[in-house]
Amino acid sequence: MLGSAGLYIATGICALLFLVPFYLIVRNALSTDAEITGENWKWFPTDIQWGNVTELFDDPTVPFARSLWNSAIVGVLHTVGTLLVCSLAGYGLARIPYKHANKIFYAVLVTLMVPAAVTFVPSFVLVSSLGWVSSMQGLIVPGLFSGFTCFLFRQYFLGFPKELEEAARVDGLGYWGAYWRIVVPNSLNFFAAIATITFISGWNAFLWPLVIGQDQEAWTVQVALSSYMTNQTVNFHLIFMATAISILPLVLVFLFLQRWLVQGVAQTGIKG
Amino acid sequence: MSTTTTRDATRPAPAKVSKTKPRRGMGGSTFNFWLFTGPFLIGLVIFVYIPIGWSAWLSFFEARYTVTPDKFIGFDNYKLMLTNGDFTKSLVTFTVFAAIIVPVTWALSLGLALMVHRLRFMKAFFRSVFFLPTACSFVAASLIWKMSIFSGVRFGMMNTVLGWFGVENIAWLANPNPPWYWLVIVTVRLWLQAGFYMILFLAALQNIPPELYEAAAIDGAKPGWQTFRYITLPQLRATSTAVILLLLVAAYQAFDEFFNLLSKTTWGRPPLVELYYTALGDDQDYGAGSAGAVILTLLICMVTMLQGRFLGFGRGDGSK
Repeated sequence: MLGSAGLYIATGICALLFLVPFYLIVRNALSTDAEITGENWKWFPTDIQWGNVTELFDDPTVPFARSLWNSAIVGVLHTVGTLLVCSLAGYGLARIPYKHANKIFYAVLVTLMVPAAVTFVPSFVLVSSLGWVSSMQGLIVPGLFSGFTCFLFRQYFLGFPKELEEAARVDGLGYWGAYWRIVVPNSLNFFAAIATITFISGWNAFLWPLVIGQDQEAWTVQVALSSYMTNQTVNFHLIFMATAISILPLVLVFLFLQRWLVQGVAQTGIKG
Repeated sequence: MSTTTTRDATRPAPAKVSKTKPRRGMGGSTFNFWLFTGPFLIGLVIFVYIPIGWSAWLSFFEARYTVTPDKFIGFDNYKLMLTNGDFTKSLVTFTVFAAIIVPVTWALSLGLALMVHRLRFMKAFFRSVFFLPTACSFVAASLIWKMSIFSGVRFGMMNTVLGWFGVENIAWLANPNPPWYWLVIVTVRLWLQAGFYMILFLAALQNIPPELYEAAAIDGAKPGWQTFRYITLPQLRATSTAVILLLLVAAYQAFDEFFNLLSKTTWGRPPLVELYYTALGDDQDYGAGSAGAVILTLLICMVTMLQGRFLGFGRGDGSK
């Protein structure tokens, strides 16, 4: 249909369009307000403002450094906790014979029908009655028990070669030993893929942190960013510097873990 | 890491074993089953089942500013949500949104996948470029869209570019007539999620056996539209179905971009934004909020099951 050159031109134009927003963030982050809001649109800042970085962290109205720190803690603990809890459960459901295993699996599947976002009202009610509003537990713990992640692990372990584990069990390892000594070390690719996806969704989560983070002290970086939209005074260069910094860790994660990530997404997608 | 977690997690083990049965060597599969799945299942009950049950219970009470109400009011909260208009209007907003975003994302991600799939050089590079927005959050993207690209004033990128062609400034988000805000809402989500679904299509495209195309060529099918229509598209059926289902569920959960782009406006509120203001706004009406959550959940389950029936989703579960 298209010649090879035509194909590259079309793909290149699409790629440019996809990159424009990233470019705008960087451009605005390193400009002065006057230049961002000036009458004449400029594609390049005339004078790069590195000082915007320090100004952002010194700004007293939004505790940006604190929120970055919160997001990092929440992101890491959320990821480690989810992997631990959900992979164990997925393995148990896939591999350990138990007469009610099927019923339990259906009980997990049913939770997939109820989207997590819809349950934010009841979850908030529960978490506030536990006294966890504006706390780290409140941000992290309720998100660890993902039916979807458990389901993905179960599907993955169903396809894991049984012979490896059987050899280990003959050698005298129980389920627990076989899991940690044989199954996990041989599944690092899958764990890495799920870890990446979990970390990204944790870092980018907004609704739950917004609901729970009622004190500024408990804001995550997304809530802090959002607060710029409702603030009366608008400092464009600070907003975009904050946006750039909030995206940077994930872009780095992307560039390093691209291959795993693509594999992981493709795997999860096929299983739908 | 593995040694410390092993020690921690086995600590409660002896007590539990002695209570049930004497340990049977490596066997004890019932005990092991609970050892592996127990923590997850306890969490699932506490943080998923109990909130849902509590919510269903709260929805029958007058629960303003309180989560332990005592005034039973039957279906009044449901009546309130379904008759005051805002919630039902939000369902209409959502329907319009889904009707646009689902097919457009499907088409764009499939188109990108077809392009990237055919590339011979720099495949990984272009794939990364299209996938990269997935790293961006809705909040961050909304900021760029609202304050830089679709800003209503002169310095917005869109208005500047349109200005070159003599088009007047457009107030993209500031009024619902004409509803330009849809363009902003749809493009931001499109940019964020198209690359993700492109990856799913790319994986599916790689799984189409090349013999099919060879056979089609022998049968005289012209490359291009004909092979796409009769080979590629049917082979992508399973993935397409999954993608549409995922898109639909994701659309139902739309919150971030609507909240950030249109927070102060009264138009363009999807269900979750409406629920947010009902339950956590000035009224803190947990009863009505819970009723809305129950209605929405039932609706999503219904749509999911209907779609499953029409498109055959889930039937292929045994194949993998």
